[in-house]
Amino acid sequence: MSLVSIRDVRKSYGTVEVLKGVSLEVEKGDVVAIIGRSGSGKSTLLRCINGLETYQSGAILADGIEVGGLHANLRELRRHVGMVFQQFNLFPHLTAAENVMLAPTVVNKTPKKEARAIAAEVLAKVGLSEKMDAYPSQLSGGQQQRVAIARSLAMRPKVLLCDEITSALDPELVNEVLRVVEQLAKEGMTLILVTHEMRFARDVGTHLVFMHHGKVHESGKPKEVFAAPQTPELQQFVSGIG
Amino acid sequence: MSDFSFWVILKNLIWATQWTIALSLIAFIGGGIVGLILLFLRTSQVKWLEVPTKLYIEFFQGTPLLMQLFLFFFGVALFGIEVSPWTAAGLALTLWTSAFLTEIWRGCVEAIPKGQWEASASVAMNYIEQMRYVILPQAMRIAIAPTVGFSVQVIKGTALASIIGFVELTKAGTMLNNATFRPFLVYALVALIYFCLCFPLSWFAKRLEGKLNVAR
Ligand SMILES: Nc1ncnc2c1ncn2[C@@H]1O[C@H](COP(=O)(O)OP(=O)(O)OP(=O)(O)O)[C@@H](O)[C@H]1O
Ligand SMILES: [Mg+2]
Repeated sequence: MSLVSIRDVRKSYGTVEVLKGVSLEVEKGDVVAIIGRSGSGKSTLLRCINGLETYQSGAILADGIEVGGLHANLRELRRHVGMVFQQFNLFPHLTAAENVMLAPTVVNKTPKKEARAIAAEVLAKVGLSEKMDAYPSQLSGGQQQRVAIARSLAMRPKVLLCDEITSALDPELVNEVLRVVEQLAKEGMTLILVTHEMRFARDVGTHLVFMHHGKVHESGKPKEVFAAPQTPELQQFVSGIG
Repeated sequence: MSDFSFWVILKNLIWATQWTIALSLIAFIGGGIVGLILLFLRTSQVKWLEVPTKLYIEFFQGTPLLMQLFLFFFGVALFGIEVSPWTAAGLALTLWTSAFLTEIWRGCVEAIPKGQWEASASVAMNYIEQMRYVILPQAMRIAIAPTVGFSVQVIKGTALASIIGFVELTKAGTMLNNATFRPFLVYALVALIYFCLCFPLSWFAKRLEGKLNVAR
């Protein structure tokens, strides 16, 4: 069975339908890059996967756990589905290490010492061993985003959702974050990322999903799709980016 | 009349001030505890918890504190339960304070960016954990100034307890006036003592406010 299974999901805000029947299967180890115009529903889809948004019909199963529905076990789900945001959303009153340790200690009841070891490990993985005791305000945007990635990793997620995680960064800080994500992909982490970094989507992605007007308009292997887009909408989108 | 020297009046007023302080502390601490519980209910996004909390707050904010004191003092007596002025004043002021503190604190909680809720939710924290470890530590910073500011209202609010016979600063003033017929002196002293209690607090609140604005 797929690690994440999205079946004909529909979602509306009021009378506006934002997702119009989206289906997507994500296997373990996949790196799915979601691209598309602003407003096409990329963020909404991602946020439905970990239950930050509800949807009206269809089904999403992540690691075998049903996301929607009244009795959805969101807590169990979110222990296995991590998310990194465009705006980092680090906890400003906690140091980098404390940001990372919080969920393991509070949610998983991991002893402090062990959690500190986890924090050291994941912060090393994102190249921030030196910054364990720095507060978010003392870090650059790229460093903050890497701490945010480490914070997600500390829960040992089976899949990591990334919503335009480099869009808020100064251009010169983008690469340090992308390198971390690429490394995760290499290690076999399952990733679903909304991105505007087309080269990254092509080189690191194993699947490409082009969303348009609330639907998966075109999808396939990134290199093939980019080389020969089938639909005029994607052709236009790709050429528009240049 | 003349045996009531200035110093005797002052001494009596200062003695009564301790009850004003005690009642204020009870109302403030009790109100803070009740207010914190209400805050969790009020921001829980659970309708059947939020609606009664909202009604409670509306009642205590939308009716005069004096009526609330009467309700507790005379109203409860109708059920055959004897209530001392102490109990009635302590209870009414506690509940009244809690309603206002809840609203002040709710504003502070809502000032925390939505991203903090989403990030903490996405690492599987539940509502109580989010409040305890992520939201309240940040909200507390901005809550200190208005909370200290409101404590001034609590101190002034205790004056109403005099009407149900609780002997605090205001009641003592009334009694001393009846005995000495020197209303101007007595009430000037009463006002001065209230001012000495309240001014440092409001000054402190203003200073905190300024500090936080600079820090931002
Ligand atoms: N909370 C909301 N209430 C109402 N409409 C919303 C809300 N969030 C998103 N929308 C609408 O849903 C549509 C899809 O939004 P979404 O954020 O998923 O797009 P996106 O593909 O992520 O765009 P972008 O590239 O700009 O991030 C948009 O038309 C947006 O205006
Ligand atoms: Mg988006």
